[in-house]
Amino acid sequence: MAQFAHTIAGQTWRFDSLRELMAKATPARSGDFLAGVAASSDAERAAAQMALADVPLKHFLQEVVIPYEQDEVTRLIIDSHDAAAFAPVSHLTVGGLRDWLLGEAADETSLRHLAPGLTPEMAAAVSKIMRIQDLVLVAQKIRVVTRFRNTQGLRGRMSTRLQPNHPTDDPAGIAASILDGLLYGNGDAMIGINPATDSMGSITALLEMLDAIIQRYEIPTQSCVLTHVTSSIAAIERGAPLDLVFQSIAGTEAANASFGVSLKILQEGYEAGLSLKRGTQGNNLMYFETGQGSALSANAHHGVDQQTCETRAYGVARHFNPFLVNTVVGFIGPEYLYNGKQIIRAGLEDHFCGKLLGVPMGCDICYTNHAEADQDDMDTLLTLLGTAGINFIMGIPGSDDVMLNYQTTSFHDALYARQVLGLRTAPEFEGWLQRMNILHQQGGQLRLGDELPAAFRQALAHLN
Amino acid sequence: MSERPPATENPWQQLRQLTPARIALGRAGTSLPTRAQLDFQFAHAQARDAVHLPFDAKPLSDALQQRGLDTLHLRSAAEDRHTYLQRPDLGRRLHADSGAQLDTYAAQHGTGKDLAIVIADGLSSLAVHRHSLPFLERLLEQVTAEGWSLAPISLVEQGRVAVADEVGERLGAKMTVILIGERPGLSSPDSLGLYFTYAPRVGLNDAYRNCISNVRLEGLSYGMATFRLMYLMREACRRQLSGVDLKDEAETPTLEGGQTGNFLLPDQR
Repeated sequence: MAQFAHTIAGQTWRFDSLRELMAKATPARSGDFLAGVAASSDAERAAAQMALADVPLKHFLQEVVIPYEQDEVTRLIIDSHDAAAFAPVSHLTVGGLRDWLLGEAADETSLRHLAPGLTPEMAAAVSKIMRIQDLVLVAQKIRVVTRFRNTQGLRGRMSTRLQPNHPTDDPAGIAASILDGLLYGNGDAMIGINPATDSMGSITALLEMLDAIIQRYEIPTQSCVLTHVTSSIAAIERGAPLDLVFQSIAGTEAANASFGVSLKILQEGYEAGLSLKRGTQGNNLMYFETGQGSALSANAHHGVDQQTCETRAYGVARHFNPFLVNTVVGFIGPEYLYNGKQIIRAGLEDHFCGKLLGVPMGCDICYTNHAEADQDDMDTLLTLLGTAGINFIMGIPGSDDVMLNYQTTSFHDALYARQVLGLRTAPEFEGWLQRMNILHQQGGQLRLGDELPAAFRQALAHLN
Repeated sequence: MSERPPATENPWQQLRQLTPARIALGRAGTSLPTRAQLDFQFAHAQARDAVHLPFDAKPLSDALQQRGLDTLHLRSAAEDRHTYLQRPDLGRRLHADSGAQLDTYAAQHGTGKDLAIVIADGLSSLAVHRHSLPFLERLLEQVTAEGWSLAPISLVEQGRVAVADEVGERLGAKMTVILIGERPGLSSPDSLGLYFTYAPRVGLNDAYRNCISNVRLEGLSYGMATFRLMYLMREACRRQLSGVDLKDEAETPTLEGGQTGNFLLPDQR
């Protein structure tokens, strides 16, 4: 009953379903071995890639990887597919799409129009037969621009989420990391806290504190406290000054259920956020985090490989016009992405697939201490993602998150990328940095102010 | 000649007293100065070594036996560290030989003890080497005072949290506690975690467990960890359950009451 087959070097390889074919065509990673869906040999993987390259894109509208009746994410993907947008590539195979994306017909405008015509599975499929340079080259053609209190995703710019986490949510400790980050020119994507304590009182207090800091120092940025979407809705009902609505999401209905969310709950969160009308430049206000392996971790992957599951999460994300989407690529651990090589490729796949689907992608370029990865691997991924035109990265003090116990990109790392790639902050934030005499940038030339801005000098005086 | 040093210090050093985060590191150009860079590398090396340090069960076993406690030396189904890191499912189950060893013990000595304590390397043998014995001394004082009977203490190599459920089930114990090395943070390579299950059996998920995290000198003290664990175990015995339905009332949030005042917002309380 093999549905797909490929014969090469005297051997015929058979694959029973699109789900199996895509899993076996996926570049090797520990999570797919853990799930038991990976190719059994390098030759089988290469043969699967050849077979996948010959699959017509139209086939993805006929055969789904998780049944339509069982999964609301599949229903969203199929029901929202835009046939008119799909038309320019509807005659192509997966391999043909790769060639088309690399060619001149694919530019910023045509790719923007194509996005709603591609399904997540089409994006995942083509990424599996692309090398890192392909993932970088095509992604950098695409821009996904979003707005709330400033503008994200413009060409030549890269933002940072200032992540001032503290082990006990101490307000002064959080404020110390915020100021450190601002003085290193970080924080234009958002000032976003992972709270150590998930009580409503604590969430509301943190939201009020971030709002007060942003207002007092007139910082053109937005805040986020990363709590469950239902907690954000409750905080909004209590009148808390909430900018961005956060939620972790995944690519299957069952995995989302393990997070305690559904499309309906996400819609409620989105509408609650919109009701506050707090955006000044625009109304993109959802902030989603994702990561390969989350569906498997919840035992909710339906035999689908982790990269395809991840790309389906972007299908969920784009439905809610998000401000930013963050793939937290190395956080989940070595049982899903074993080493620097796997983390680097996964980060670039996620960024490419998200952008191709019209999602404003950022990446938490990160690793844990039990993964076979180090700072050199993160530098490599940062440089590649900066080149690929990523919307935002993390910024934390000295790469060490003292609450979540993992390593991500530092305030200094962002300045490195600005120097070597000439990437500037969001325009509104850039103006603030100049007015405060914190950071002046011309191309790759960066000049940090020698003295503390007066407003912050006064604040520090209160400590003495 | 200019005497200006090649790295620039930040004029906000006093903020360092407010957080353990690596703030005010200074800069060389806009990059990390040499000292901060090498400090980070050393911290990462310590955390990596903690992950890969082999579990040395013998001294621990000797020390426990000197205190009159029975011990069993077991291993999980994960053969080595490389397998352990990629196959969490194997780390959650005992090796067949160890399973048989427990069954033999149970057949010879009987089952039905109140508490089975398990010690496993987890992701930091360093944490287990440093903290399991002094913590156990405090815990066992309280357990004895409570009058609870004790199964032998199982030392499990390449173990994950859920392996304690299999140990508890095979020994027929009413409760299990596992002391396990947590994933090392850059600034905390030796953090010990405690996981507690009432009525342990194979196949339970995290919703059936209670966790007490960050037991180490700079984190949660042995005394406080003992206090919280004893509270949970007494409540579990009373209500005959553990996990999400058993809240740790000893835990008090730090930000209740809307305190937001800090040096950036001097006008607020």
